[in-house]
Amino acid sequence: MGDRTPLFEEHQRLGARIVDFGGWDMPLHYGSQIDEHHAVRRRAGMFDVSHMTVVDLDGADARPWLRHLLANDVDRLPEPGSALYSCMLNETGGVIDDLIAYDLGGNRYRIVVNAATRAKDLAWLERHAAGHDVAVRERPDLAMIAVQGPEARELAATLLLSDAHREAALMLQPFQAADLGEVFVARTGYTGEDGWEIILPAARAADFWRGLEQAGAAPCGLGARDTLRLEAGMNLYGQDMDEDSSPLESGLGWTVAWEPADRDFIGRRALEAQRDSGPLRKLVGLLLQDKGVLRSHQRVVVEGIGEGEITSGGFSPTLGRSIAFARVPAGSGERVQVDVRGRLLAARVVRPPFVRLGKARIELD
Amino acid sequence: MSNVPADLRYTRSHEWLRDEGDGTMTIGITDHAQDALGDLVYVETPEAGRSVKAGDACATVESVKAASDVYAPIGGEVVEGNAQLADQPELINQDPYGAGWIMKLRPASAGDLGRLMDAAGYTASLEE
Repeated sequence: MGDRTPLFEEHQRLGARIVDFGGWDMPLHYGSQIDEHHAVRRRAGMFDVSHMTVVDLDGADARPWLRHLLANDVDRLPEPGSALYSCMLNETGGVIDDLIAYDLGGNRYRIVVNAATRAKDLAWLERHAAGHDVAVRERPDLAMIAVQGPEARELAATLLLSDAHREAALMLQPFQAADLGEVFVARTGYTGEDGWEIILPAARAADFWRGLEQAGAAPCGLGARDTLRLEAGMNLYGQDMDEDSSPLESGLGWTVAWEPADRDFIGRRALEAQRDSGPLRKLVGLLLQDKGVLRSHQRVVVEGIGEGEITSGGFSPTLGRSIAFARVPAGSGERVQVDVRGRLLAARVVRPPFVRLGKARIELD
Repeated sequence: MSNVPADLRYTRSHEWLRDEGDGTMTIGITDHAQDALGDLVYVETPEAGRSVKAGDACATVESVKAASDVYAPIGGEVVEGNAQLADQPELINQDPYGAGWIMKLRPASAGDLGRLMDAAGYTASLEE
């Protein structure tokens, strides 16, 4: 038996197919992951993401400390209530984890890191906090529900307890968050649709989930979460990047804040060396030309140049085609082949995202 | 609990077979198999006229999770593959014993069916 979130009994009640995910018993789907995927793109779906690790940081050194720890720069956050996406690197520029960091104001920050990397991340944070005025406090008392889709915010707003809260929540811009009594609402997500990620006390999670269900949100599992994020061009730590790959080799160069040049963050020197000599590998999007499904670890053949590997692959329900991310030699062009069950199939290199806000963002041929 | 109709024959590899009584057999994959595979996205069916031996991989079903071969339960000649599955692979998930049939075979020899399991035998094999 793995770890269980406060919503485990809800998943059982809804007939979820439960699977192990990073030591947690989580819902893979509640019947059809493809139906759940479409529900998010067309209306609203809800995900239990309470297995993710919420860590609050508090102290006079918090801001400079985070500026040293993260490859993106929290100085870019314009005001309390704003958030950014960043990688956390090791000394050789490899990715320890990716995360979202929220400025809570008053020298307080909240970071949400992955479930599977929890122990490693906490050890890293605690080790680097030693000697600095910053307290690292994990929040296992909190649950998290993502509500995503074109109708998600309006639907979720009906669950908030006052007109003032509803108004404040609906006014949030993308990558902004607000503390509304016990409920922390952030306009962030992992699907490529609009919506919120809601952090709330574990004791309130089941009621909130049932309220969302009654309001019309479709329960969605990890299967749909994966197909949605892949369509949206969003990386999955452990598949698309790990400690042996840098942000520059993972399509995440845009998350590295090089300026100001005197901001020393862990991994900066190694990353600069790679940037200056040119990374040898890059992460690209692939659209399979034939019928079939691209899957992790399949071999990619780039004629005249070399070989690469699929990092994440799958079927895109919105496009009706198979898509993937692949790590390939930096000089690769637009056409590659992928070894799918012993046959070399043609794939076209495309720039993610594949789908955003319900619509295809690439040319289908 | 998966659905295992009493009037069909089964293989260990989760194919079912129905004797149509007109010299042809209809073949598909079981409810247990479609449930394990998850949402199906592509199905490749064999061409009419192809000769297969019992145990030959003659069709492929690909789901969001994995690709799987479908094996001929008996030897014979392919009469027809289910053309609807090209556009609607989900028929196998929705109706694995009906509209989700995969192919029809004309058996090479009448005696072959004896080697297949009945419903009770297949159900027991699922519990192993």
